[in-house]
This record gives sequence, structure tokens and C-alpha cells, in this order.
Amino acid sequence: MSATTTTPAPASVRLTGQGGTSRHRPGDGRLHRSERIWGRVFIAPPVIGFALFALAPLIFSFYAAFTHWNGLSAPLFSGLTNFRTMATDPQFWQSLWNTLFLMLGIPIGLAISLALALALNRQMPGRAAFRVIYYLPGVSSVAAISILWQWALNGDFGLVNQLLATVGIEGPNWLAEKMWVKPALILMGVWKGIGFSTLLYLAALQSVPRTLLEAAMLDGAGAWRRFRHVTLPMLSPVTFFLVVTGIIGGAQMFAEINIMTPTGGPEFGSATIVWYIWQQGFQNLQLGYATAMSLVLGLMIFLVTAIQFYLNSRNVFTVE
Amino acid sequence: MAATSAIPTAPLQTSGVEPDAARTRRRKSDRRFRTTGDVVVFVVLCLGALTMLLPLAWMLSTSLKTQQNVFLLPPQWIPSPVEWGNYLRIWEAGPLLTGIVNSSIISLTVITIGTITSCFAAYGFSKMKIPGKNAIFLALLGGIMIPFPALMIPTFMLFSKIGWVDTLLPLIVPGLFGNLMMVFFLRQYLMSVPDSLIEAAVIDGARHPQIFGRIVLPLIRPAIAAQVILWFMGTWNDYLGPIIYLNSENVHTLQLVIANFNATYAVQTDYPLIMAASIVSLLPVLGVFLIFQRQIIESIALTGNKG
Repeated sequence: MSATTTTPAPASVRLTGQGGTSRHRPGDGRLHRSERIWGRVFIAPPVIGFALFALAPLIFSFYAAFTHWNGLSAPLFSGLTNFRTMATDPQFWQSLWNTLFLMLGIPIGLAISLALALALNRQMPGRAAFRVIYYLPGVSSVAAISILWQWALNGDFGLVNQLLATVGIEGPNWLAEKMWVKPALILMGVWKGIGFSTLLYLAALQSVPRTLLEAAMLDGAGAWRRFRHVTLPMLSPVTFFLVVTGIIGGAQMFAEINIMTPTGGPEFGSATIVWYIWQQGFQNLQLGYATAMSLVLGLMIFLVTAIQFYLNSRNVFTVE
Repeated sequence: MAATSAIPTAPLQTSGVEPDAARTRRRKSDRRFRTTGDVVVFVVLCLGALTMLLPLAWMLSTSLKTQQNVFLLPPQWIPSPVEWGNYLRIWEAGPLLTGIVNSSIISLTVITIGTITSCFAAYGFSKMKIPGKNAIFLALLGGIMIPFPALMIPTFMLFSKIGWVDTLLPLIVPGLFGNLMMVFFLRQYLMSVPDSLIEAAVIDGARHPQIFGRIVLPLIRPAIAAQVILWFMGTWNDYLGPIIYLNSENVHTLQLVIANFNATYAVQTDYPLIMAASIVSLLPVLGVFLIFQRQIIESIALTGNKG
């Protein structure tokens, strides 16, 4: 620390030089040093927290992934065994596939949200109330919502099948049939998530420059073409953001699965990758194997997030 | 950018009018339909809203039923008789109160201290001259890209080694060091505050904690409020963290208590009890949401817009 604080003269020039009008003061060196010290104190907690609870575990997991480890005895180096097991583990691939399949909810949710946002963007009574109502499921606790939907999807007495019965359809036993468990989870996910994406679309719609729409109108573009060629492109950053956050969140789906289908669902049909990692690590005490899988998952999510940050870097988090 | 402008409340027709006037005008024109299209859209929105509310209403309705009436076909929407006793039984059926206390301890401690550390860090990263600041910031940026599931096993072992498993500490301590998302959000917010304001205070002899308290804090208060609310909802609703670290009933958070209610009573089909407990677990977040929904909606729109 002291090495960087022993050059008061150039530092003070920099401090006062920026304003252009400030004069060189004798106290600047001390001021600047105090700023550096306070600055370090201020940013220290997140840096220490990051080192302790992200960096250190990450480094350790790079080691643990290459070991046979049951959590009771010390990890035993086993080379690439875990990754070889993964490649031939049908449950790993099944849970990866399940996770990807459940992400079908993302495009479905986006389409509904966009339609909702367009509707809510009109002037009409009750707009504020609609906004709150559609967002309500999104803030509710995952545990309570999962329990509610487990009950709603009950084959005999569930709300969903009772509603289907009123139009003469006999619904399946959603959570107990391999074919229906994923659609059921997607249905619930869409219900829970559309409020959030609708809000973002609504905000984006209201910032579409009116001049652009007017110009298109003067050029003879009808409502559909104005939407297709002006509004929709203006919404693409939000769509992109929602797709990416949807993928990141979807890849980490756990609570719903664990509460609604505690055994991974019919024929492992609803086990997500995080659920499988959790089960292998904490239920079967295959910590080395679970760590290897979590590294693979982490790498995939990291890549998706990094792409998002890269493409958005000019908008957000600008480092000058 | 001010948080209040996150969702421009002025409709397209009135853009250019100053915000307050626009808002009043919007309110007036909002009270009536102008075209038949509006009426159609309104009806569709009402049906959609019904779909959103129906499961929640059903939850409430089930929570007030007797066990026999739960399975009536066609279903009763308004229970008769109304069984308020379910809301008394839940307190004895499981450690619901313990769950509420534990969840409150975690949320309140983490958010109070974590917010303070996050605010100071955001100030440091945006407004102070610290050598290597940008490199450190980029490293932290990398940090939020690491998802929790990727770290959960080594983190669990770390806390297990120091004997913190089955205590609330693993859920509290990491949060005390601040929330990286909050740091980034507040830093972004502070970037728009002119440097000259702080430099002037420095020249006048103010110390940095003073500058923070007198100048910076009042400026970012709305942004802090929005982040605090979102963080509260996230902590209160967390499920993966508690299920990993907590085994004994006396340390369970509310979410775990509710989930265990389900595991125990669902097989015995005591749905009214489970639904009543679920309603209780929803109330705190729903309360916070309804009171602060304006700020929440705005901050979400702001965060989302900016990526």
C-alpha cells in the first residue's frame, strides 16, 4: 500500500488537473492519500467476500472435480474418471435434456408477454391494476407456488383438470406421467414468469421514439408493418436480455422440481441438472462427481452470461 | 437517470409535455375507452388476469375448507362452512413460527449490513480514485457470472469444516460482504452524478464517510430502496441455500417449513392445512410487493432496460 502512496505530486496534479480551474494546493497529497485509503476500505468487503465465497470454492472445485470424494474421507485423485462417467451416465444426459426441454417455456412466455405488453400499452382503464395482477405470481414464494401447482395439477381433484372437464376434456395425471410432467412444469413456469417479461416489454414499448413511428406512417406503413419494422427491432435488446436471463435462470431450476416431483419425476422425466447435482452430491454423497457436473453447468452458464455482458457492455457496467 | 423515469408514464400522444402534466392527463384519459378495439383488449386482459389470479384464489379458498369439502366435484369456490380453524392448526402442526423467525433473522441481518457495505463499495468503485479499481471491478463482474449451483459443493464443505452447517451463519455471513448485483446497480446509478460535486466537497475539507452520508446517500436513496426490496424478496424466498445447509427443524427457514408441511401432509391429503401454511408464507412478500409495487416495477424495468 505504501508504495503507491509515496508519489503525492503527480497524483495531486491529476486530481486538480481534471477540473481545469482548480489551483495546485499544498494539501492535495494528503487528501489524495486519504481518498485512496477510504476507497480501499469501502471496496474491501465485496472483494473479500468474493475471494472467500466465490474464488476459493471455485479453485477448490477445479481440484475436487478430478477426485473420488464422498465428503467423509479426503478426496482421492482420480483423473478424468468423473468426466468419463458423466459422458456415459444416462441420468446426466436425461437431466440435461429435461433442463433444455423446460426452456421451451421461454419462447412461449415471451410471445404471451409481448402480446400482453402491447395490450397494456394502450390507454384504458385498469392498466396499473393489470400490471400488478400479472406480476403477482412472480413475487410469490417458490415453495408455496410449487405446492399450489402440485395440487392444481393433481389428476383427480386438481384445478387444471377440473377446468378441462368443464369443456369435456379428461386431463392426464400431469405430474405422474412422463409425457405430461414437462408440459405441466412449463405451464407453471409461464404463469409465474410472464409478469416480469411483460413489465420489461412495456417499459421498452414506451421508449420507442414516436418520431420513428410517425415517419413510418408518413411513408405509408400500416399498423402491422410499423410493428414489424419499427417496434419489433426496437424491442430486440429486451428480447435478448429476457432470453439470456431465462436461460440462466432455467439452467438453475431446482426448487419447483424438488417440491413437486421429489424423486425426479416419472421415469426421471422432470429431474433438472441442478436437481441431479444436488441429489448426487448431498443424497448419494458422490461429491467429486457432483462437483464435476457442477463445473460443466457453471461453464455453460458462464459462457451464456459472458456473451450477454459482452454484447451489452456499452450499455451497462461501463468501465472507463 | 432517475428511477422515476424508468417507465415513462406519459403515453405517446403526450410525449413532450412535462411529466406531471402528462401523468394527470393520462389518468383522465385512462378512465374511458376510446374505440371498440380498446374494449376487446380490455376483456381479453380481464380473462388473462383471471387466469393469473385463479390458482391463487383457489389456494385461498382451499385453505378455508374442511378436509371433506376439498374433494367435492364440482369444486366449491366459496367454502361452506368456512373453516378458519385451519389457520390456527398450522401453528401447532409444524414449526411455522420458528421458520418465520429464522427467515426474518436471515433477511434482516443480511439486508441491513449488506446494503451498507454495497453502498460504500458502489461509491468507492464509481467516485473514488483507487489504484487498480477497474481491474478489481472487472474481476467482481466475473464473479456474478459464476452461478451458485457451480459453487455449492465446495462452499458447503467450507462451512462444514468450520462447523457452520445446520446454523444460520452460511446463509447470513456471505451476504454481509455485500450483494454484487446491488454494487453494480448502484455504481451505474452513481456514474451519472457529476464528479465535480464530490471534488468540491473534498476541496472543502469533507472526509469521505461524510461525503457519502451527506451527498451520495441522499442521491441514491430511491435506487437503494428498490434494490433492498428485490433483495428481501430473493432472500425470503430462497430455497436451495437453506435446503443445503439446514437440517434441524429449529433452524429451518419458512420456505423449508412449508415444503416439509407439503411432504408430510400431502400424503395424508390435508390440503387445507398446507394451503393455509402456504398463504401465511406468501403474506410477507405479497405485503412488501403491494406496498412498494411502484418502486419494484420501476426498478425492474430500469434494470432490465439496461441489461
